[in-house]
Amino acid sequence: MSRLSIVTQNNAQKTVEDLYKDLERRITASQPGLCPVDLAASFLHLCHAQSCGKCVPCRVGLGQLEVLIDSVLDGTATMETLKVIEETAQSIYYSADCAIGSEAARMVLKGIRGFRGDYEEHVLHGRCSGHQDQPVPCVAQCPAHVDIPGYISLIHEGRYNDAVALIRKDNPLPAVCGMICEHPCEVRCRRTMVDDPINIRGLKKYAVEHEDEFRIGEKQPATGKKVAVIGGGPAGLSAAYYLSLMGHEVEVYEQRKKAGGMLRYGIPAYRLPREALDAEIECIMKSGFKLKTDVSIGKDISIADLREKYDAMFVAIGAHTDKKIGIEGEDAKGVISAVEMLRAIGDDDYPDFTGMDIVVVGGGNVAMDVARSAIRCNAKSVKILYRRRKIDMTALPEEVEGAIADGCDIVELHAPLRIEKKEDGSVAAIWVQPQIVGPISGGRPKPVAADTEELRIPCDRVLVAIGQGIDSRKFGEYGIPVERGQIQAFDTSDIRDKDGIFAGGDCVTGPATVIRAIAAGKVAAANIDEYLGYFHEIKSDIELPPVRFDDHKPCGRVNMKERSPEERKHDFKIMECGMSDEEACQESGRCLHCDHFGYGIFKGGREAKW
Amino acid sequence: MVNVTIDGISLQVPEKTTILDAASKAGVHIPTLCYMKELNEIGACRVCVVEVEGYERLFTACNNTVAEGMVIYTNSKKARAARKTNVKLILSQHNTNCAVCVRSGNCTLQKVANDLNIHSLPYKKQIPENKGNVRFPLIRDYDKCIQCMRCIQVCDKIQNSNIWDVVNTGSRVTVDVTGVYALEDSQCALCGQCITHCPVGALRERDDVDRVLDALEDPSKITVFQIAPSIRTAWGEPFGLDPEFATVKRLAAALRRAGADYVFDTNFSADLTIMEEGSEFLEKLKNPENHKFPMFTSCCPGWVRYVKAHYPEFVDNLSTAKSPQQMFGAVTKSYYAELLKVDPKDIFCVSIMPCVAKKAECAYPNMVDDQGNPEVDCSLTTREVNRLIRSDQIIVKELPEEELDMPLGIGSGAGNIFGATGGVMEAALRSAYFLVTGKNPDPDAFKAVRGMDGWKEAEFDLAGKTLRVAVTNGLGNANKLLTYLKQGRVHYDFVEVMACPGGCVGGGGQPIHDGVEMAPERAPVLYSQDANMELRFSHENPSITKIYEDYLGKPLSEKSHHLLHTNHHAWKMPNEK
Repeated sequence: MSRLSIVTQNNAQKTVEDLYKDLERRITASQPGLCPVDLAASFLHLCHAQSCGKCVPCRVGLGQLEVLIDSVLDGTATMETLKVIEETAQSIYYSADCAIGSEAARMVLKGIRGFRGDYEEHVLHGRCSGHQDQPVPCVAQCPAHVDIPGYISLIHEGRYNDAVALIRKDNPLPAVCGMICEHPCEVRCRRTMVDDPINIRGLKKYAVEHEDEFRIGEKQPATGKKVAVIGGGPAGLSAAYYLSLMGHEVEVYEQRKKAGGMLRYGIPAYRLPREALDAEIECIMKSGFKLKTDVSIGKDISIADLREKYDAMFVAIGAHTDKKIGIEGEDAKGVISAVEMLRAIGDDDYPDFTGMDIVVVGGGNVAMDVARSAIRCNAKSVKILYRRRKIDMTALPEEVEGAIADGCDIVELHAPLRIEKKEDGSVAAIWVQPQIVGPISGGRPKPVAADTEELRIPCDRVLVAIGQGIDSRKFGEYGIPVERGQIQAFDTSDIRDKDGIFAGGDCVTGPATVIRAIAAGKVAAANIDEYLGYFHEIKSDIELPPVRFDDHKPCGRVNMKERSPEERKHDFKIMECGMSDEEACQESGRCLHCDHFGYGIFKGGREAKW
Repeated sequence: MVNVTIDGISLQVPEKTTILDAASKAGVHIPTLCYMKELNEIGACRVCVVEVEGYERLFTACNNTVAEGMVIYTNSKKARAARKTNVKLILSQHNTNCAVCVRSGNCTLQKVANDLNIHSLPYKKQIPENKGNVRFPLIRDYDKCIQCMRCIQVCDKIQNSNIWDVVNTGSRVTVDVTGVYALEDSQCALCGQCITHCPVGALRERDDVDRVLDALEDPSKITVFQIAPSIRTAWGEPFGLDPEFATVKRLAAALRRAGADYVFDTNFSADLTIMEEGSEFLEKLKNPENHKFPMFTSCCPGWVRYVKAHYPEFVDNLSTAKSPQQMFGAVTKSYYAELLKVDPKDIFCVSIMPCVAKKAECAYPNMVDDQGNPEVDCSLTTREVNRLIRSDQIIVKELPEEELDMPLGIGSGAGNIFGATGGVMEAALRSAYFLVTGKNPDPDAFKAVRGMDGWKEAEFDLAGKTLRVAVTNGLGNANKLLTYLKQGRVHYDFVEVMACPGGCVGGGGQPIHDGVEMAPERAPVLYSQDANMELRFSHENPSITKIYEDYLGKPLSEKSHHLLHTNHHAWKMPNEK
């Protein structure tokens, strides 16, 4: 007789483990607009299945909660029922023996408090406020509503010029987005239910790489109307492109040497090569708008004068000022803001960090950009200082991992205290306070000072990347409403009491993403056109291939490959490698075409024009 | 062209042909349920699933196209089983009390289930318990809805009214009104297109047949019927009779068998409408600065409801003339009561209309006679009059034609074409021309406004002045026209709008033929009747001449205003200020 044995999973357990993964992916790909009460009931059902059954609150209580919530959904409950649900959940939470019961009850409590309106809607009107108005997940999630299933089907057919032309109907910067878009389109991709989301950004990049003829939209006859665009970033360029296609005379005023905004003065060339950006801008300028660089509106030309000269005006000045940490010694020589450094790099003025120890303060994408740029500027060492945990960083995980691979050190859970200066006033070191991860509030754990001593990190440069502000003072003085630096515009981009003036992009939203700026430019173009008394349509007559049949056989996602860190960290050349033909064909073939299958064919439609 | 094989039959079809159409070309029939060509190709019911060689999953035939070399099996074991399962699943949530359903015998679900030889269900019945308001002209039976989504599509895509939508999510998804909780609180125009596009009995008009039967049996009531122009194109359809046989005269005979005292023609009051509306238009043209242009026709109550609900700024553009239904009621309970020497309250006036909105119109608080009683007591749809005839076991085939009663039983060809899109405009222009020039035009001079196009434009010369007119049908087109007017992109003097596609011939109260839009077939009936009539101008209708001589004086007289015109602000749509 054996005293011990090794525990092995039987087939049923293995299958259940698989199902857990299926469920996880399914929840990730959950479409917005579902009934929260229905979901709460479903989650509770799962929780109850997890009960061991020993204790009363969990074994019986969770079941009774299910019955009560079902009665809400079935329209047989009263407001009294909601009280019973809350009290029962409360009692279960307090008296359950383990987390299986108490956490299940806490989820119910969270729901009945967090979406009480939905509970009441069911009780009072037999309805739920959930509504599925986003039938094609990728298109709905893309701020510019690019026809993603459409261009993926064109890529699959090898029609790259058509694919990129179709993208340009809604987004005039496909090359830029192919390289640096944050791809919100992939977040709820339904393919995730089968295996993994489609690599949409990668496919877009592939299409642009294989485009052999730039095709801009059809230009309408001249209207004689003049529009000024202030700011040559993605929002301004997008508006200028569409307004020019509509036949208006557009002039873009850019205060720096070249157009591109944050694309040039914020994003390093190893992510977005300058040649690609220049080519993209050159391409869309074929629509006819004029670019005036080195002109600062509010300084070189007054806003009032500009407004006078044009029939309409679009303010898209971005968010280009830096933010201070607010610690002692921040005025030391060698403390450089990320904005300042990346702006110089944008004009090909690269700093030389040879032999220097660099500390970067911040945990966002910009922090990673300056850290990785510092490596490429020959720094001896680069430390990224962050007061929370690495996992809490707001930068994309692949950016953080990329920075580490490039040779950056992540110093997590350390808060900056002060900057020590040398006698000549330059940076000697940064003093930091070690932190301990603390209680979670607002979904993020708060760092708390650890019971250890301050540390001194010697360094030659401190790069501060803790956010950007908006230089909107002149616009405020002109009478455009501004709150905490942000220009107050409606979601139609017009501005209260300012006829003919529109605004959009980072200067309205605060620092955001390129695709949101593009969307703002598109919205502004449509509404400026209408303001000018026109109803031009931006459309595409590209015929899409017939829908492919597919059995949804699971297949891995093609991820993007990068040049090896050893090679890439010495230059600013593009870091990411493109997909091969074989990979692009396979990846585009994974698209489930939610525009045709499912709710998309009912409510999705295809916006052939806007 | 692509080569396909369907159930072993090889054929060539053009690219982009759906599997359904390709199969049909091969002589293979695939059952469908939710599908409606061009309107609802969403593959929701999954009844038309077929097996495609090389794929494990099944695909819907209605909305997927064939590809070169495709081999399709419509009746493989897998396809047959899935199709049958799906129909059984639909039936598990459908109240199958077919014997008491208004669509029994004309129900697509019933036919599909019967065809598939389904006799029992292995599933628990899950019939929704919520009920619609049975007093409203449009009734929704939740327990019959199969969520085919056709009503949503027709309401959105064709009528731009967005009354119906998918509500709730997951297992509790159903179709219901959006924005509000009850249909009667919605901005519904009551066009009834959702009814005529429903494959089952989930949507229907309120049945007022019993009210009419009660009046017919009441010896103290004088029952006066009026028959709308478009009824004569369609009422015979459910009996399998063509319009040449199922004439208005044979309908008069049927109604008299059922006990009607007098049977008249709404064509008469259509002519009266032309006299009033045409004169109103010409008056406005004399002082254009004092009036809003374009002037809109006001005969269609669905349109009037729509404009009140969605474009209140255009309400004063509507002609103040009452609709022919209401003019008829007003005249019946005044002029005709005097002729009969009876108290108007003893008259029960029934209209037979192709329309659901007419039920609402005749009940508006301002559509009453001098004693405060409704001008029209009850409005029946074509479908209800069919049911009335059936319930009295009247065999239409054996009926003779009978003349309508006089004097309200005579109408001109101009009145007759009111039932088709463009008809009101054409009739109005025929008489306007006469009123301005003193001469009759060629009766076909204005035929440019005929036809099924959704938005027609024309210009005519009226004694040296160029009239710009537009005609739309289907509220979606009306919406587009109003938007363009608002944006200053179009300019007209006179606009005719009919809420239903094709006009009243395609009305929401007409007989239902699932999957077939009947307006294009019915409209020519009205035009050929008009062409064959001697009387083609409203102003030449002898009964019209007489009523002006004996009673009203002249168009727009004080008496005409009192009886034949209305204030569109005197009743409110829900949410109307």
